[in-house]
Amino acid sequence: MTLHEFQQACDALRADAPARIAAALSLEAWHDVRSAMVGRKSGRLTELMALLPQLDREERRDAGAAINTLKLALEAALEARKAELEASAAPALQRDLTMPARALWRGAVHPVSLVIDEICDIFRELGFTVALGPEAESPWYNFTALNFPDDHPAMDMHDTLYLQDGGVLRTHTSPVQVRTLQSYAPPVRILAPGNVYRRDFFDATHAPAFAQLEGLAIDEGITFADLKATLAHFARAFYGERTPTRLVPSYFPFTEPSGQMEVFFDVGDGRGARWIEIMGCGLVHPAVLEAAGLDSEKYSGWAFGMGPARIAMSRFGLTDIRLLYDSDVRFLEQFA
Amino acid sequence: MLISHEWLRAFVPHTLSPDALRALITAHVATVDGMERLRADLEPIIIARVVQAGRHPNSDHLWVTKVDDGSGTLLDVVCGAPNVTEGALYPFARVGTVMPTGNKGGILIERRKIRGELSSGMLCSAKELGLGEDHDGILALDIDATPGTPLLDAMPVGDVRYDIDVLANRPDLLSHYGMARELAALQGLAVVDPAEVFALDAASGALGFGDGVVGRVPSAGGSSVADRHSAASGGVTIQLDDAAGCPRYMGVVIRGVRVGPSPDWLVQRISALGLRPVSNVVDVTNYMLHGYGQPMHAFDLARLAEATVVVRRARPGEVLVTLDGVARALDDRMTVIADAHQAVAVAGVMGGKETEVTEVSTDIFLEVAYFSPRHVRATRRALGLNTDASYRFERGIDPAITPHALSIAAQLITQVAGGVVDGQAIDVGTAPIERATVIVTPRRVERLLGARVEAGEISRLLSSIGFTVTARGDAHETLDVVAPSWRHDVARDADLVEEVARLRGYDALPDVVQPFRPGSVPDHTMHLTGRRVRDALVGMGMFEVHPLPFVAGTDATHTRVANPLADDEPHLRRSILETLARRAEYNLSRRQGDVRLFEVGSVFAPRAGQLPVEKVRVGVLVMGLRRPAHFTDPTKDVFDEWDAKAIGERVAELVAPGMRITLEPGDGTPVLWRVAAKGGEIGTVERITLDKPVWASEAFGIEITLGRLASTPVAAPGTHNYSAGTPGRVVAKGHVTYRPIPTMPAAEFDLALLVPDGVTAAQVEQLLRRSGGDLLECVELFDEFRGAGVPEGHRSVGWRLTFRDAARTLREKEVDGRRQKILRTLETELGVRTRTA
Repeated sequence: MTLHEFQQACDALRADAPARIAAALSLEAWHDVRSAMVGRKSGRLTELMALLPQLDREERRDAGAAINTLKLALEAALEARKAELEASAAPALQRDLTMPARALWRGAVHPVSLVIDEICDIFRELGFTVALGPEAESPWYNFTALNFPDDHPAMDMHDTLYLQDGGVLRTHTSPVQVRTLQSYAPPVRILAPGNVYRRDFFDATHAPAFAQLEGLAIDEGITFADLKATLAHFARAFYGERTPTRLVPSYFPFTEPSGQMEVFFDVGDGRGARWIEIMGCGLVHPAVLEAAGLDSEKYSGWAFGMGPARIAMSRFGLTDIRLLYDSDVRFLEQFA
Repeated sequence: MLISHEWLRAFVPHTLSPDALRALITAHVATVDGMERLRADLEPIIIARVVQAGRHPNSDHLWVTKVDDGSGTLLDVVCGAPNVTEGALYPFARVGTVMPTGNKGGILIERRKIRGELSSGMLCSAKELGLGEDHDGILALDIDATPGTPLLDAMPVGDVRYDIDVLANRPDLLSHYGMARELAALQGLAVVDPAEVFALDAASGALGFGDGVVGRVPSAGGSSVADRHSAASGGVTIQLDDAAGCPRYMGVVIRGVRVGPSPDWLVQRISALGLRPVSNVVDVTNYMLHGYGQPMHAFDLARLAEATVVVRRARPGEVLVTLDGVARALDDRMTVIADAHQAVAVAGVMGGKETEVTEVSTDIFLEVAYFSPRHVRATRRALGLNTDASYRFERGIDPAITPHALSIAAQLITQVAGGVVDGQAIDVGTAPIERATVIVTPRRVERLLGARVEAGEISRLLSSIGFTVTARGDAHETLDVVAPSWRHDVARDADLVEEVARLRGYDALPDVVQPFRPGSVPDHTMHLTGRRVRDALVGMGMFEVHPLPFVAGTDATHTRVANPLADDEPHLRRSILETLARRAEYNLSRRQGDVRLFEVGSVFAPRAGQLPVEKVRVGVLVMGLRRPAHFTDPTKDVFDEWDAKAIGERVAELVAPGMRITLEPGDGTPVLWRVAAKGGEIGTVERITLDKPVWASEAFGIEITLGRLASTPVAAPGTHNYSAGTPGRVVAKGHVTYRPIPTMPAAEFDLALLVPDGVTAAQVEQLLRRSGGDLLECVELFDEFRGAGVPEGHRSVGWRLTFRDAARTLREKEVDGRRQKILRTLETELGVRTRTA
């Protein structure tokens, strides 16, 4: 047998196929047609394949490729016809298409993570990356390096959980500022989301562990004007372009000047729109830069910290913070 | 910090409305959290005009009036006041009004007939509105207002109380005087001297029990000084033994006071802050604390043994019953005020019950001191006793005002309670007044703020709040700045830059997003991995959770929190599954059986004497239906270990991309598989034991480590270690390399193998791969069967083997040869035969 004859046989089968397939008017007939064409025992295609060894070695490759293509084409045509037959075979009355879909479980990102992601996305556009640090910290990173005066009332804002073998559960994400500044030379632009701990009772409005998100920008020539503009940009991006913002004085040991960014916003608690504090911020205190081995005359920068859980509560209309911790599936599935 | 609008205005004669004042203080000083109109209950009262007044036909003292309340309809109102005058304006309560605080407080005004005449509303007297004692007639308003205007809008009635969030570094704001200094600077006004304010206050009303006789008032400088540690005057000796706890102690004796209720003006000031008036003497001390910022204490001199006051450390075992009636155990960390025998007050915190000024007291000893912030803080923490006094002392009061405060207070007491000052003020010790010079330049201000502020302006701003500024240098651009005695928070130029910024107003500074250089810090790999894992698990139908990480562990296995909030969960978790299991039980107790939870979070393993080892892990817990129930599939399949194994494999691939992942069987109690990447264990797949109801299905858990969070120092304090940082952008390891999609057909065959017990699928599969040769593309286990036709001690396992040559079609003979070889190897090495053979 020559390659030419082999190809002729293939072409004949190809030409013949559409009519024969179309002629199958029932699923039984379709099975017969299928056996006759591609069946393993007596199909015409199978027969043709059996002829392959008779060809010359070099011809065999082309012939093999040709017959493979033909096989795929025939099988596709057969499957298409089968689907048609099945569709018409099903009595229309038995198919109530209003019946429910076969659903998949729908997972959900935690509401606090949704808020963190959204904040990070806005700052990513401004060149920020994400840094992490340990939750079990040394007092030096949590307090001393951040310019907390030793045994000072400023510590009262940070009612601390202490660990048995020394160390504290970090009371804020700010230790990540110092760890990052010790590990990387400026310019530094980072976000540090993470869990922080305070010795607070677990009730409708307080939790002993909660998410915080820190931002830090350090370089030469960073100013308060930059802080103001960047954080106002964030607030408008997050709360809406026309949201009024203001920056008013505040106090944190690790920033100077310190401020808090507020937005005029209706949190949906029935009290109407009012100024809501969304973050504390300020220029990084020179003592913090120095603790991380930076020249505070050369470098400056700003930092902010915010509470994604509080934002999640107002955004999603939660009145009890414990919902965020209970992990009740009926709560979580609402965020799918 | 509560501030009264009226009291503040006594210090600074400003004309701001409460709203404007609130905005100003918030913008420049400290956030005003709340604002309360103390007479908000007057809101429903409006102003009305009596248009016509005639005698009541059935009464000789009542009037029938026509009242214009702005509604457009004249109302008939019966009134009993002798002073009702046609054309005059009066406060008016419409029908439906609930009367405000006053002698008719809470009464609902209704339309009713009074001796046969209909009355629709009530014209009010001062007493009926709680605005005074005058009940002789209705309150004629000498103002110009349209009828219908709310009374509160038309005239200043009642005080406004602000709740100001004074921050920890500004104790100087913890008084009306302190707040007034800031307000005066912002408004370009002068602060009225406290002595004058207090004198005006005292002169503004009746003098109560006092007879107005002012005794010999000690002047600021005139004190009796024997040596700096002990002194005597007026029959009292003061001995200062603990100068560390009490740098300066002053006192004065006042004899012949009559303790009783305070006069109206004092009651009004005190109650405007929500404080309960106690007695004239005590109220003066509270008045001084809130007015001037100087806490003080009055002792009943008759009860001070041997008329002696000793400032010393408490003796071990000493007990003092404080003013609140609680017996307090003292120790030698605490500074106390004692008489000749025993402690009579906890210094700077609270006085003692025994020496309290009462109605029978006639001679008092008035204490005005500067206690050490650190000592007061330690003491109040040890006692768990926070008072208005301790709050101020521990933040640091103005050490310079002690004599002045004593002088004013002594005057006030003699005015409101009578008596005379006996002797002179006694003054021991020396309060530290820090006078450090901080240098600031316009250049530094501009570098930090991003806005130019001239030296003259900086000087003006700082001077306005009491700083002493001296310009020097060629262009007078170097400013030597000395903080006033009440500011302990200014140590560096940045602190002065903040003063400049806030006094100008943050809003007045420019908004400029500066061009930025890309940062040097790459995204933390664990953040990237965590996101990848999270997104995949959410895609699988899991819920991300963030439960509290506290558990009930043991001290041997878990890190203990030294001061836990809940004694039943004092430990930090050492696995995520510990907390997820409790969350699953929480759901089961709410009849939720389909629980699919995961968390990416920290776990802690204790290390003696060090911070715990902290790792970030992902934990997954699944139980319940594998997918939502559907009418086509009434068999309700639940998650089993094979689902858990798949999740474990998938998560491991995401956590360790490109690495060879293996799951080695565990013993199932509870570890089903140990998950390893490149041979190193990174996690487990487990059976989870739950406290669960009978209807609940089995729970499975997966926990895999993402990495460790180092808690060791990066570098020594004040230094850096840039080699500690990961350089450059981090990309997930193990980029995929494309393999061409095969063009040649595959050859497949199935093997039904009889596998003796004790031989594992993994062993068989390994052998299949080894003996199958290069062309073996895929080995797939598709069936397991025990029972009829399968010999005892065996199972039948079905594998499908796929062979392919990328370059050509395989011949049947070739494939069959491989099949024979595989079967021979299986039989000789593992004793496995085909089922049909």
